[in-house]
Amino acid sequence: MIERYIEQASTYAADIDNLITLIGVIVGFWFVLVELVFFGLIITFRRRPGVKAQYITGEEKHQKRWVGIPHELVLVCDIVIIIAAVRVWVNVKQTQPPAQETVRVIAQQWAWSFVHAGKDGKLDTADDVRTVDELHVKVGTTYHFKLESRDVLHSFSVPVFRIKQDAIPGRVITGWFKATKIGVHDIQCTEICGIGHALMPARIHIQSKGEYDTWVAAQSATASR
Amino acid sequence: MATPAQEHAHSHEEHAHGHGAGHDHGHHAQSFWSKYVFSVDHKVIGMQYMFTGLFMGIIGAFFSYVFRMQMAYPGHNVPGYGVVSPGEYNALITNHGTIMIFWLAMPVLVAAFGNFLIPLMLGCDDMVFPRLNRLSYQIFLLSALVLIASWFVPGGGFGGAWTAYPPLSAKSQYNMTPLGSTLWVIAVALEFVAFLIGGINFVTTAMNSRAPGMKLFDIPMVVWMIVIASILFMASVGPLIAGAAMLVFDQTVGTGFFDPVRGGDPILWQHLFWFFGHPEVYVVLLPAVGIVAEIITVFARKKLFAYKTVLYTAFGTGILSFFVWAHHQFIAGIDPRMANVFTATTVLISIPIAEMMFVFVATLYGGSIVLTTPMLWALAFIAEFIIGGVTGIYLGSSGSDIYFHDTYFVLAHFHYTFVPIAVIAVFAGITYWYPKMFGKMLNDTLGKIHFWGTVIPFNGIFIPLFLTGMGGDHRRIHNYNNFPELANERMYFLREFATVSLLVLLAFQLVFIINFFWSLKAGKKAGNNPWDANTLEWQAPSPPPHGNFAELPNCYRGPYEYSAPNRDKDYWPQNEPA
Repeated sequence: MIERYIEQASTYAADIDNLITLIGVIVGFWFVLVELVFFGLIITFRRRPGVKAQYITGEEKHQKRWVGIPHELVLVCDIVIIIAAVRVWVNVKQTQPPAQETVRVIAQQWAWSFVHAGKDGKLDTADDVRTVDELHVKVGTTYHFKLESRDVLHSFSVPVFRIKQDAIPGRVITGWFKATKIGVHDIQCTEICGIGHALMPARIHIQSKGEYDTWVAAQSATASR
Repeated sequence: MATPAQEHAHSHEEHAHGHGAGHDHGHHAQSFWSKYVFSVDHKVIGMQYMFTGLFMGIIGAFFSYVFRMQMAYPGHNVPGYGVVSPGEYNALITNHGTIMIFWLAMPVLVAAFGNFLIPLMLGCDDMVFPRLNRLSYQIFLLSALVLIASWFVPGGGFGGAWTAYPPLSAKSQYNMTPLGSTLWVIAVALEFVAFLIGGINFVTTAMNSRAPGMKLFDIPMVVWMIVIASILFMASVGPLIAGAAMLVFDQTVGTGFFDPVRGGDPILWQHLFWFFGHPEVYVVLLPAVGIVAEIITVFARKKLFAYKTVLYTAFGTGILSFFVWAHHQFIAGIDPRMANVFTATTVLISIPIAEMMFVFVATLYGGSIVLTTPMLWALAFIAEFIIGGVTGIYLGSSGSDIYFHDTYFVLAHFHYTFVPIAVIAVFAGITYWYPKMFGKMLNDTLGKIHFWGTVIPFNGIFIPLFLTGMGGDHRRIHNYNNFPELANERMYFLREFATVSLLVLLAFQLVFIINFFWSLKAGKKAGNNPWDANTLEWQAPSPPPHGNFAELPNCYRGPYEYSAPNRDKDYWPQNEPA
């Protein structure tokens, strides 16, 4: 469902979208069924002169089945949904594939700073590339992001990746993503962070290896000058 | 006739008004002040809660008008307000949410209907603690005044969202509203105190002051629901009152409960808030469900399907609601393994809620349904609430919540629960009990115009917002023009559609206001029991005098004996001897 509104650009975007579609099918079925029965009953049992309503307590065994059977079917659907949701969750949030690259993401009122590892592939070395409101990543590479906040809560969200994680002052939270498609997309802050909350748009540049290396080289050249 | 508890209530009356038990309450002259302002009569206190709540609701609706205009036409002058700055925008959305939950849904659904209905439906003359009841309203009124005052202090009203997450809410250098945020917390805390006092009264009255013969399973569902809601509220609010105290200390005296630099933890607040916040959803839902149960049985002329099952699902929902809070925090930095537990509990809450809905659908089967205005509202509650229910599954499932969290999809989802609760069920209740409250009938044609003029645009507001949420619109954003993926024509069309629908909905509320006041004057006189209903409030005069019943009733049967076999009449009042 979601891919019709917004592109999929990470390895797990399709998993999340498929989970949403699965839930859509299950709850959609119940929604349509219940509303049909509901309106059907209203139309069928409108007051007619001389016809008295039936006296049904709903306390007898054969009557309780009317809600008992749907009740059990709902339980079955719930279990399917829980299993599907947990599988996606474990893949996206609970486990992390080994990192090929690491990037530091720092949120503050009201900007994003990104620390790229630079040529040596390691953070906290002299050749780190620091940017504001502009994150560059290589396509097809597994990234770990180390998320920090300098002041209040923020939330790092890349809709095309379907990833979202709150940033909390005093903590470093690690997440991961692997981009699948080249392009430039929005990064949002999705946790209210004060009057500039709407002024935290950043852009993620997903580039091929070659383009990325050129960009890093250009940045280092500027920095060393 | 009176039970000991009822006599107890009488003796309170004596102190307050100086008339004895058995005295005819109706003929006692009272000054305007003691009758309407400092009254201890549960019906007057109920009205005070209702009118205060509806007044606050009008303010909350005005706020939604202003920020929806900003959403559809960013940066433009909003007629009746002006240009909306980002700080004002945050304050508007924050206070809209705060008002609609704490100063509309709570006072009207729990306090107004609770106060008005509980003694009448139980067949007694007042609450067990009438003066405590008055104190409850006075504290509530004070809380509303403090909230209103918070918008006019230097720096303006609090703008950190109704969830008030620290550190944003705790430090004025972050939120820039030093006084506004403190007054906001104090207002909310005062409001909680008011409802704690009120809740004690509701539970005590329902347990001790029932008409002779009324067994626990003879209590009308709406009374049960308000009692369960009060218990849920009392059990969940303690941690949040403690949290509010810590937050005020952080704001004003420089403690660091939520400040990581000094060993505090911002996530602690989220746990305290949502441990209260999720049961709170059911605190307002259950009374709404109770109102709907009363109305559907009357206008389908049917016994409520499986009374005990409904009651057990309400208890089940209530208990389960204490174990789902962290679904608001899946991506907030809690241990990811916790999310699996909370996904399971959250999705499983669909079972009692779905069962509740199935019971209502089953109640319609074999009925003799009349589509009066209150019945339309009650049926609309079910039809619309189901949308709110099923869309909740997407958010309770951790995997899909990663994408949907803090998007307009969430916003549309909870408006599909809260609008049926705080608007649709409230109108159902008001249109149904109006004849009892004021002794006059509302105009049915105007009532139906108002109904359709509210329900259709309501869907027009929130269906587009589901779509913008799916497209990536994140919440509490003053202006989307900074986000290239969100600032396109399709998204603007949807936002504008929602705003125009809101304008239509608000315009139709005038019909209700006109109907309400016109019917007070010129409405048809309502008899004691215009709907041929069974419950005891309809056996009292309309409007009920001080003391409620000419003679306190006895109870002989359950509240839903409609269309019982071997009877001429299709209803059987609870107080009619067999």
